[in-house]
Amino acid sequence: MSVPPFTIRPAAPRLEGPSGPVLVAPGVHWVGALDPGLRSFDVILKTANGTTYNSYAVRGSEGVAVIDTVKAEFADEFFARLEAVARYDEIRLIVLNHLEPDHTGAVPELLRRAPQAQVRLSPRGLPMLRALLKDEFELYDIKGVTTGQSVSLGDRSLQFYTTPFVHWPDTQCTWLARERVLFTCDLFGSHYCDGRLFNDLVGDFRFSFEYYFDRIMRPFRSFVAQAIDLIEPLDFGIIAPAHGPILRSHPRDYLTHTRRLISSRLASETGSEKTLLIFYVSAYGATAQLAQAIHDGAAESPEVRVSLFDLEGGEIAPFLDLIEEADGIALGTPTINGDAVRTIWEMLAALVDIETRGKLGAAFGSYGWSGEAVRLVENRLQGLKMRLPEPGLRIKLHPSAAELEEGRAFGRRLADHLTGRAAPREVDFAEIAAR
Amino acid sequence: MDKATLTFTDVSITVNVPTGTRIIEMSEKVGSGITYGCREGECGTCMTHILEGAENLSEPTAFEIRVLEENLGGKDDRLACQCRVLGGAVKVRPA
Ligand SMILES: Cc1cc2nc3c(=O)[nH]c(=O)nc-3n(C[C@H](O)[C@H](O)[C@H](O)COP(=O)(O)O)c2cc1C
Ligand code: FES
Ligand SMILES: [Fe+2]
Ligand SMILES: [Fe+2]
Repeated sequence: MSVPPFTIRPAAPRLEGPSGPVLVAPGVHWVGALDPGLRSFDVILKTANGTTYNSYAVRGSEGVAVIDTVKAEFADEFFARLEAVARYDEIRLIVLNHLEPDHTGAVPELLRRAPQAQVRLSPRGLPMLRALLKDEFELYDIKGVTTGQSVSLGDRSLQFYTTPFVHWPDTQCTWLARERVLFTCDLFGSHYCDGRLFNDLVGDFRFSFEYYFDRIMRPFRSFVAQAIDLIEPLDFGIIAPAHGPILRSHPRDYLTHTRRLISSRLASETGSEKTLLIFYVSAYGATAQLAQAIHDGAAESPEVRVSLFDLEGGEIAPFLDLIEEADGIALGTPTINGDAVRTIWEMLAALVDIETRGKLGAAFGSYGWSGEAVRLVENRLQGLKMRLPEPGLRIKLHPSAAELEEGRAFGRRLADHLTGRAAPREVDFAEIAAR
Repeated sequence: MDKATLTFTDVSITVNVPTGTRIIEMSEKVGSGITYGCREGECGTCMTHILEGAENLSEPTAFEIRVLEENLGGKDDRLACQCRVLGGAVKVRPA
């Protein structure tokens, strides 16, 4: 076989990365793994050059702590790097900042090799760790920790900050005060793989940082705000996330930038008014007439700013920015083939990308004989953890004058629920049970 | 049948319920933001803040207490899929 004149190598820089552990700060090593081949993460986001699973080993005068591990397929790489900086019998503490499999893939084996280690995690991680370890859970020293608690490694200690829902309910951050390193797990991460590891050395990962925020953190933005409030006072010199570059150059800029990302994307101009957005789709105009009536009824309330949109005239993404800022939404759809129409489902599917919990939701629509759509939309809105104080409004075919008045009354009641003026209602069990 | 009342403040509705009703049986139907996941007292999704009448609810089991603790519930929080209304008036909102 003839030797080719050149060898084909991947164009991306340093995707192979360092073969051993990498010093992050005195006594702190990166012992994670690179996954340059990954293209789709958690099904919901893409990455053009893979990701990293960052795990860290912290050495104190009285033992070693391991902070998070890696995805299971990369366990060998992780163990090889860990063994280069510590013996298993030196491991005193294992901190699990998050129980998602991309960080816990090596945990069961690590515990078999270092069974003496204390495992510390947020209380909400306990049921997940039980599910991961099964019977072995009982073999180890596992405890939930909350903000303010710490574990000493002798000359340095690790302190915990409970920051739920900076992805899952179990997420927390860990602070190494002596070296001013903040381990944030998914928070401040990016799916960006570059073996040079540090933000001042790697390629341009700015859009990866924002895209990761959009897909992973945006649905929890009020929790991200709480987490940032909690950790902002820490005088960190390095942010060590579990994905992508380690932020050692201007780390506070990433916190400030994330604050911008969680703030409103739209110019804020509604002041103290409540906002209600009405979206509809209509084939023959019946649902459109109903939407207009609901709009008119709600708009009678001066404290409510009401907007009406034909969903087919817009794209989902800008509507999401609007809904994220709104206090309530009402969705109108005819029943077509026993279902809500596709555009409405596309909108409902996209709502997982933003925080909807606690917003007011309502559904309405015209139908011909069976009218399933409204109830289906209501179920979905409830699944999005919205409150639905008014049972959906269904009208057969085109609305009569009386039915349009019903629509206006429905709009007025939605406005009252938004302003807190809704009259308290009392109903019987039987009536509710029939719903 | 003994009666009790259960008020969901987030949708401003009061339901007259037979004693023994679980909060989750009503919260879903009245459209309250109290939602559920497992319905078996494991996931903590249905955590509910009791505004009034906590004494009118069934005592939490050891398992409910553990799940509440692990989900960082406060002293006035209960699992809607677990606790039953035993009488009187109870007022709740999503936790
Ligand atoms: C293709 C098609 C399928 C339909 N399927 C249903 C159905 O399964 N159940 C129902 O109640 N109405 C059904 N309808 C009737 C519509 O819901 C009804 O015409 C309604 O008034 C349309 O409202 P719109 O003017 O807002 O589009 C269907 C209509 C069309 C055109
Ligand atoms: S629904 Fe899961 S604990 Fe109640
Ligand atoms: Fe995660
Ligand atoms: Fe992750």
